[in-house]
Amino acid sequence: MKLKWISYPYIIWMVIFILLPIFLILFYSVTYSTNEGIGFTLEYFQRFFEPIYINVLWRSLKLALTSTGVCLLMGYPMAMILAGKDIKKRNVMVLLFVIPMWMNFLLRTYAWMTLLERNGILNSFLGLLGLSHMDFLYNEGAVILGMVYNFLPFMVLPIYSVLIKIDKSLIEAAGDLGANVPTIFRKVIFPLSLPGVLSGITMVFMPAVTTFVIPRLLGGGQFTLIGNLIEQQFLFVGDWGFGSAVSVIMLLLILISMGIMGKYEKEQEGGGLW
Amino acid sequence: MVRFIKRFYTFLIFLFLYAPIVVLIIFSFNSSKSRGSWDGFTLNWYVEMFQDRQIMSALYVTLAIAVLSSIIATIIGTAAAIGIYNMNRLNKGIVMNLTYLPVLNADIVTGISLMLLLIFLKLQLGFTSLLLAHITFNIPYVILSVMPKLKQLNKHLYEAALDLGASPMYALRNIIIPEIKPGIITGLLLAFTLSIDDFVISFFTTGSGVANLSITIYSMARRGINPKINALSTIMFLSVLFLLIIVNKRMDNSKEGDN
Repeated sequence: MKLKWISYPYIIWMVIFILLPIFLILFYSVTYSTNEGIGFTLEYFQRFFEPIYINVLWRSLKLALTSTGVCLLMGYPMAMILAGKDIKKRNVMVLLFVIPMWMNFLLRTYAWMTLLERNGILNSFLGLLGLSHMDFLYNEGAVILGMVYNFLPFMVLPIYSVLIKIDKSLIEAAGDLGANVPTIFRKVIFPLSLPGVLSGITMVFMPAVTTFVIPRLLGGGQFTLIGNLIEQQFLFVGDWGFGSAVSVIMLLLILISMGIMGKYEKEQEGGGLW
Repeated sequence: MVRFIKRFYTFLIFLFLYAPIVVLIIFSFNSSKSRGSWDGFTLNWYVEMFQDRQIMSALYVTLAIAVLSSIIATIIGTAAAIGIYNMNRLNKGIVMNLTYLPVLNADIVTGISLMLLLIFLKLQLGFTSLLLAHITFNIPYVILSVMPKLKQLNKHLYEAALDLGASPMYALRNIIIPEIKPGIITGLLLAFTLSIDDFVISFFTTGSGVANLSITIYSMARRGINPKINALSTIMFLSVLFLLIIVNKRMDNSKEGDN
């Protein structure tokens, strides 16, 4: 087919709206401008390695990893239960996982505030049981809860889609050869589901490490994560150079993790949503 | 026993997923404006919502941007996918990797980089810039939805059409497009939903006075969210659900028709 030309509008669009913006961020991250002109600097990248900012990066990684771990622990059993249902029930339940995503995600996160706050529903419930009020909101736990809540479906669905493709006769064979249920899981099911687990981890970790809305709402603004740092630099501090440098570091982080994941996925069949 | 544990676990997970949504819907019927207490049932918010200028303009911006950006992205993206599919290996690799970039990239980096671009090009931030940003992040999803359908396409179909005297455009319109239609529709719907739900990229690429629903909600969050927003989201949520049920029913019917 000689239809290459019909992709040219997109190629032009891509150069202007994908390549050029990335180039601009790179440009701002290594230049400073004074009245005399523009000069090259690595100062912004150096600044990122000061203890305050390294701590921000560290905290973002820690919270994102914790949420990813919780999602995996909660999501894997759920994916197994889903995969065990018959086709009709299965499809309905998968749909039930997708439906909440159609409610605006800010509103859903905000609804958690109604549930968790000091005079909120959960505390009234505790009061009825004669228990004292607890502070659920504005701490690390709340931020992790928000991340788990928003990204759990991204863990369950890829694992589920790999689990349903596992050849049932392999499991039966393992049983016939004398393996008990935990051994079958450890030696057959889990290794075969790894591609799904890896895509799940990527799909949860990436948005979790870069979010700035969840820590703002549920963390009450006292948890500066790397996303908040970028937002502050551009909207409040006005230090575009430093903000761009942090963005470049984030972009590198994402590309490196994608590289690692891509290497694994080449070896095994991927289990993404597409 | 195992069955019970499975059911209970499923129940807990769905409770976790749906609790905030149920709370949101219940509070859209609360006659008190505070989200702390329940003061009785009312439908007032559903009436007042239509008289609220800010909310109606946000709804208009959200829907207009979602409709326009998803249609434009579908046209550009479908054409792009067909073109890319016919490229040689090297070019295909380069273009597809660049296409993946906005999908994998953090929303905030995409948002900031587009903001820098708009300022660099001296475009005024507002409706047009918001539309350009939404088209940009929608196109890759359309390409990724259409590509698998193209790979399933029988290569000889197009050639056969040309041999039988069809012009390339005629063959494209009457042979290729109908074959990849499911992918195009998936892409369109995906683009539409992503556009409606987007906050981060919109936040950085819009100007004063133009706000979609997400931005309006975000700016309200500090003062407390107006129950009118709850009412509006309840309606939007239920309409999506309703649409889905209809689509499912129709698909079931057509399947039965095939048998």
